[in-house]
Amino acid sequence: MKEPGKWEPKIIAFLCNWCSYAGADLAGISRIQYSPSIRIIRVPCSGRIDPLFILASLQKGADGVLVSGCHPGECHYLTGNYSARRKFALLKNLLEHVGIEEGRVQFSWVSASEGVRFAKVVEEVTACIRALGPANKLIKKVPGGLLDVSTHP
Amino acid sequence: MSQLTHEIRETARGLLRDGKVQVVIGYECGSLPLRSRPCFIRKEKDVEQLVWNSFCEPSLPRYLPKRKGSVAIIAKGCDSRALVELIKENQITREHLTILGVPCEGMVDRRRIESDIGHEPIINVEEKGGNLIVRTSNSEKTLTRKEYLYDHCMVCTHPVPVVYDVLLGQPQGLKGSNDTFSDVEDFSSLSPEKRWAFLEHEVQKCIRCYACRNACPMCYCPECFVDASRPQWVGKSTELSDTMIFHLVRAFHLAGRCVGCGACEQACPMGVDIRKLNRKLQKDVTDLFHYESGCSLEEITPLATFRTDDPEPCMVEP
Repeated sequence: MKEPGKWEPKIIAFLCNWCSYAGADLAGISRIQYSPSIRIIRVPCSGRIDPLFILASLQKGADGVLVSGCHPGECHYLTGNYSARRKFALLKNLLEHVGIEEGRVQFSWVSASEGVRFAKVVEEVTACIRALGPANKLIKKVPGGLLDVSTHP
Repeated sequence: MSQLTHEIRETARGLLRDGKVQVVIGYECGSLPLRSRPCFIRKEKDVEQLVWNSFCEPSLPRYLPKRKGSVAIIAKGCDSRALVELIKENQITREHLTILGVPCEGMVDRRRIESDIGHEPIINVEEKGGNLIVRTSNSEKTLTRKEYLYDHCMVCTHPVPVVYDVLLGQPQGLKGSNDTFSDVEDFSSLSPEKRWAFLEHEVQKCIRCYACRNACPMCYCPECFVDASRPQWVGKSTELSDTMIFHLVRAFHLAGRCVGCGACEQACPMGVDIRKLNRKLQKDVTDLFHYESGCSLEEITPLATFRTDDPEPCMVEP
């Protein structure tokens, strides 16, 4: 549970429909405890992730982004995650190059049978982003302060 | 008149006379000194407009996608690489294209000349050997051409076109640089805070005019992501995060496709260091996927393919 008054990171998790989302589901039905820090967005495949989705999340107030898909070789669409892997490698380097902290955007492979692994991934990512603190670089600032994210829970 | 200008005119004349092409795309003198602009020659009598000098910087392949009929185009090394990428992406057909390759000794950065000359307006520039003789209303200054080349020309790996039908001029002795990406490494060695501060400063100059996109030979989407409004992914303001995201995604869309012609930076009215991001991606594509854009018609663009043993970005491994 979140302690009142204590800052907890908000993490957007893009999970592929066939593996990682099912892995998250398994973690849930297995009653595995993990941090309530993630907001899941289900996508058909990790290959569907446009780098723009990740940047838009950070701009709209996410402290971190987790992208997860099927293990290489196990993609429901055969090769979607291979294409995704190339994009991720470039994006990760580019974000670090511009000075965004390493760890704000993370990638993982979680299969449908890996509920325990999913919970561990979330814990690890949450711990990493908690240590980094609130994101302040790409967030959209509007006159009078930060973008009001309370309307986008 | 330089030998190359003469050769370009005669070749263009021949092509138009024989009806091999309907239009020759090349350069003509701009209305201001230090400027050359694209021109479209359709009649034999107009070929005298064509020129070749140190200011033929606009990227001409930009004008090819969606163009009907047979076209001849003047191509520098970088332009020929853009042509290769456009052919691979099915934006232009090789059969309808006559490429007049021109070995390029690098283009001159007029902004640097203008800032060195000072306030006096430049009246004309003459190229003599390796020198530029710049004349203003009451002075004359001789500058060494090599010192005023664009940064991207300094790291150009292919000054001689990689693909052409006719190669004009003298390609002998022109050697590409061995690009070591030292500029990218220098920037990487700064602290993340400094890097962010630098880019923040650069990006804040941006007025979102999209001249960089419009000048880029590889930007041809019918609807650009910045123009899309349903959903509107990127805000249209000049607020820092909107502009930064525009620049990041623009660079990313060119990952593995950017030929390093520098058209974006030349087009920028605000002097934003646009190539900072492109260069990083260019380096990563070379390091991770061993691909140099625009060098071969057979090799598949890196983001359109994969290998099962690709290097993985650090994944979360609990």
